[in-house]
Amino acid sequence: MMTEVRKIVLPGEVLGDSKEKKSGYGTFEEDGRVISKFIGIPKEARDYISVIPLSGVYIPKRQDKVIGFITDVERVGWVVDINSPWLAFLPVSEAVDEFIDLKKTDITRFYDVEDVIYAQVDNVKRADIKLTMNTPVARKLRGGITVKIAPSKVPRLIGKEGSMINTIKDKTNTIIRVGQNGVVWLSGEGVKKAIKAIRMVDEKSHIIGLTDEITKLLSD
Amino acid sequence: MGMKSKEKMIVKGKRLDGRNPDEIREIEMKVGVIPNANGSAQVSFGRTTAVAAVYGPRILHPRRLQEPNTAIIRCRYNMAPFSVDERIRPGPSRRETEISKVTRLALEPALFLEKYPETVVDIYIEIIQADGSTRVTGINAASLALADAGVPMRDLVVGLSGGKLDDTIIIDLCGKEDNYSVADIPIAFLPRKNEITLLQMDGQMNPDEVKTIVKNVLNAGKKVYEKQKEVLKKKYHK
Repeated sequence: MMTEVRKIVLPGEVLGDSKEKKSGYGTFEEDGRVISKFIGIPKEARDYISVIPLSGVYIPKRQDKVIGFITDVERVGWVVDINSPWLAFLPVSEAVDEFIDLKKTDITRFYDVEDVIYAQVDNVKRADIKLTMNTPVARKLRGGITVKIAPSKVPRLIGKEGSMINTIKDKTNTIIRVGQNGVVWLSGEGVKKAIKAIRMVDEKSHIIGLTDEITKLLSD
Repeated sequence: MGMKSKEKMIVKGKRLDGRNPDEIREIEMKVGVIPNANGSAQVSFGRTTAVAAVYGPRILHPRRLQEPNTAIIRCRYNMAPFSVDERIRPGPSRRETEISKVTRLALEPALFLEKYPETVVDIYIEIIQADGSTRVTGINAASLALADAGVPMRDLVVGLSGGKLDDTIIIDLCGKEDNYSVADIPIAFLPRKNEITLLQMDGQMNPDEVKTIVKNVLNAGKKVYEKQKEVLKKKYHK
């Protein structure tokens, strides 16, 4: 099957002159030229050239909504694995609204090891990442299953104004939550089919006309 | 090295395997051979085959090794016991420890690691079949694996060896040539600006010969570079 594919650049590939275009995300400047850092898809927006990587780990940013796994309970909060090179921390004050006497309460009654949460990145200081549940969408995700995709492909999975993810949700009748860290949580009847579609987006994110292919896959 | 062979190594301008002195062996490259790794690659130069896997950037333990400003690289070069004719004892030997280190130093200049403080990028290179020039084959595999893993890079890294056999300057030595050569030089470089990141020499040569070999390797390395680029693009152009 021949499909049209977006242009792919490689690390070290010269993208343009730095006098005409500024170096954006995924690029660097050297000797007056803009050069790519990643294997990825080049994008030109206003006077910037950037490269969207096709692989790589998740780097937490403020305000990102992520899906995390509680890996440890400490005295004043929880240690959360957010699929990035660093572990994140969720303090009790950012997780619970009511007053809690830490001397008397066992905080595992809110979240315990192996729980899955949908949270927001509150602050990032070098390798120190703080999460918060103080946002309307944040919650504990009960049941369901999680799959991981490349974090750089999350925007593709969501699509323009959620077109892609809504297609998958409607066609398979599942509840899906996508974390910006590349973790996807699913629950409902058509989970198997939905996972198949998500895997396809992950593998073929660089193909033009992917939404149509996904629709075709889901209608069979 | 310095060993005298009974047979002539170069007859009528052709080498043992029928190559010209300035000809490299057949190259085969594959990307994404290990699904569990963040990035991986397999590279063959003739009968030398290396598999490289990259994990990370990921949390670094023990914590005392963590650097507050940057990620560090851990590199392991390992020869499989069955990779050579006579079984070699498994486990890091003096030679493997040294090659691990020079490989790390050859790859480090190509990477941007400042964005990943307190983490590590693990590079594992396994030589599953050895027939000369294993360290440069390993570097080629590691370069592809790093690009595949999405670690930010200045450029791909190309490795290629050169040497002197009898009185001829040759390139890309095979195992036997390596054993009987007067000298051999493994070289790794960043092709965009021809910056050399690895240059070792084993044997004796005069400065002019060394210069010729470096020039030849930088030239022939362009072919390896093109092959690397082609293979990385092919992963997404199926």
